[in-house]
Amino acid sequence: MTPPLTIAVPRGALMRETLDLLDTLGIDTAEVRANDRKLLFADIGIVTMRPSDVPTYVEAGAADIGITGKDVLIEQSEREVYELLDLGYGFCRMVIATVDGPNPMDEALRRLGIVRVATKYLKTASRYFERTGRQAEIVEVKGSVELAPLTGLAEAIVDLTATGTTMRENGLVEREHLFDSTARLIANPVAHKLKAAAIDDLVARLRALEPTGAS
Amino acid sequence: MTLPIPSGTRDVLPDEMRELRAIGDALRGVFEDAGYGEVSTPALEYESVLSKGDLTGARPAYRVVDDHGDVLVLRSDMTVPIARVVASRYATAEPPLRFWYLAHAYRQVRPRRGMSRELLQVGIELVGAPAPDGTAEALTVLCRGLTAVGLQEFKVGLGDASLYPTALEELGLADDARSRILHELATHDFVGVERELIAAGLDRDTAQGLLALAQRRGGAEVLEAVPSAAAEAVAGLRDVHALLPADVAEHVIFDLGLVRDLGYYTGAVFEVYDPALGVPLGGGGRYDDLLGRFGRPLPAVGFALVVDRLHLALNGGERR
Repeated sequence: MTPPLTIAVPRGALMRETLDLLDTLGIDTAEVRANDRKLLFADIGIVTMRPSDVPTYVEAGAADIGITGKDVLIEQSEREVYELLDLGYGFCRMVIATVDGPNPMDEALRRLGIVRVATKYLKTASRYFERTGRQAEIVEVKGSVELAPLTGLAEAIVDLTATGTTMRENGLVEREHLFDSTARLIANPVAHKLKAAAIDDLVARLRALEPTGAS
Repeated sequence: MTLPIPSGTRDVLPDEMRELRAIGDALRGVFEDAGYGEVSTPALEYESVLSKGDLTGARPAYRVVDDHGDVLVLRSDMTVPIARVVASRYATAEPPLRFWYLAHAYRQVRPRRGMSRELLQVGIELVGAPAPDGTAEALTVLCRGLTAVGLQEFKVGLGDASLYPTALEELGLADDARSRILHELATHDFVGVERELIAAGLDRDTAQGLLALAQRRGGAEVLEAVPSAAAEAVAGLRDVHALLPADVAEHVIFDLGLVRDLGYYTGAVFEVYDPALGVPLGGGGRYDDLLGRFGRPLPAVGFALVVDRLHLALNGGERR
C-alpha cells in the first residue's frame, strides 16, 4: 500500500523526537532508526534530510509535509509552504552573543559605526540588525560560529542555542534574544488542498496529543 | 561562445515551443468558442497609470525612465492593463466584454520550477458580468480550457476574498488586530493565525472556530454549518456552484481560507491545482472595484494560467 503522505523528517537534533511522534501516530519508524545512512523509506513515506532542506523539498512538492525548526522557516521566509502546527519540541533560542566583559558591539558601533557579526543565519541576522537600526557586516560561516569572536573575525555572533553550554564553554555570553524556536509541521500548498483529508487527519491527531497551549 | 541572459529568463527552442504552442492553441479554441476576443497590450506602461490598480503582491519590478523623465514599468500582470484598455478604448461599449490574452508578465521572483521572472500567462477577463453568473462563466471556461489542454486530474479551489476579513469584522476586532491576523493568513502561517486570534482577545472556542474556518476545504460539505459571520460569502459560493455544469462542478473544491496575493480581488477567488505539480497552475477571481479606479465602474472576473506550469503538469511533473 502506498502511504497517503510523503513526510520530510529532519536529521540531527529534531530527529529522535520526530520519529517518536510518528511512532505514536502508528507509523513504524524502526527501519529509519536502524538505518543511519539510508535516506528514503518509500514504504512508510519518509524521506530524511537536514532540517534546512525540509522547506526546499516541501515547497517543490517532493514531500507533501515536513517537520523543521521555526529558525529554518524564519531564515527561509520566502519559501511558499503552509505552517500548520507548533509541535512544541526542539526548543531553542536565537541569540546574539559576544565575549564576556564590556559589550564589544558597543565599542565597534561607537568608534567604527558598524559591527561585524558571524552567523549561519544570514537573513535572520541582517534583518534583525536592520530592524534595530544598527549597521552590521554579516560574515557567513558554515560551522562552529563560537570561534569567530574568539579569533577577532567578528565582534558578535547570531546563533541558535538550546542550553547555552557550547557558548559558555567558549567564554561567550548572551547579549540579546531574537526569538524562540520550536519544531513546526509544514505542508506543500498543493498537497494541502488535494490531500486535505490525510493532512487534516494527521493534524487532528497531533493536536490531540500535545498539551494545548504548547506554543 | 556562451553569452548569458538574465536570471529567471530563458530561451525556448523548437521542440519545446511546439508543445507550448499546442497548449496555447487548445486554450485559444475554447476561449474563441466562448466568445472571447484576443487582445495584446504593450509590455511597457506608464507607472502612474498602472498604479491606479491595487498592485499589492504584484508590484512591477522592472522600471526605466524614458527620455521625458516618465517612469515606465514592465507589466506584472495582464488584468490591470486590460482594465486600462476597457476604460480608455471601450468607454461606452455595452457590457459584457470578453477578452483573452497570451502574453508575458514580469516579476522579480526567486526563479525556481514553474516560476520565472518573465512569465508567459494565458487567461481571460470577463468585464461587466456580475456574480454569480459571471463567476460561473469564468470557471466554466477555465475548466473546459484545462480539459482541452489535456489535463484530467486538476482541481479548482474556490473561495471568497471577503469571507475571512468580513468574519473578523463581524466579531468587532480592531483594525490592527484584523490586519495582523490577515497577514498571517496571507503568509499561510496557521500557527501565527492562532497566536494572533488569541492575542486579539478572543476566547479559545471562538479562536479555534476561526482557525478551523480558515482551513475548511473540500467538497460541498465544507459549506455546511459555517459561522454566521461567513454566511453571506458562503451563500455566494453556493450560488456560483449551483450554476456550474456537471463537467465543471466535478473539478471544483471549496476552500474557505483561500487568499490570493493580488490585492484587487473583491469576491470569489480561485486557484488551480494539479497533483503532478507542487505549485498552483494559476488562479483568478472577481475584481469588482478595479475598473472603477480607471473610470469605468464595472464588475469583472478573470483568471491567468502559467503556460510553463501547464506544460510541466502535462509532462507528469515530479510526482507519480
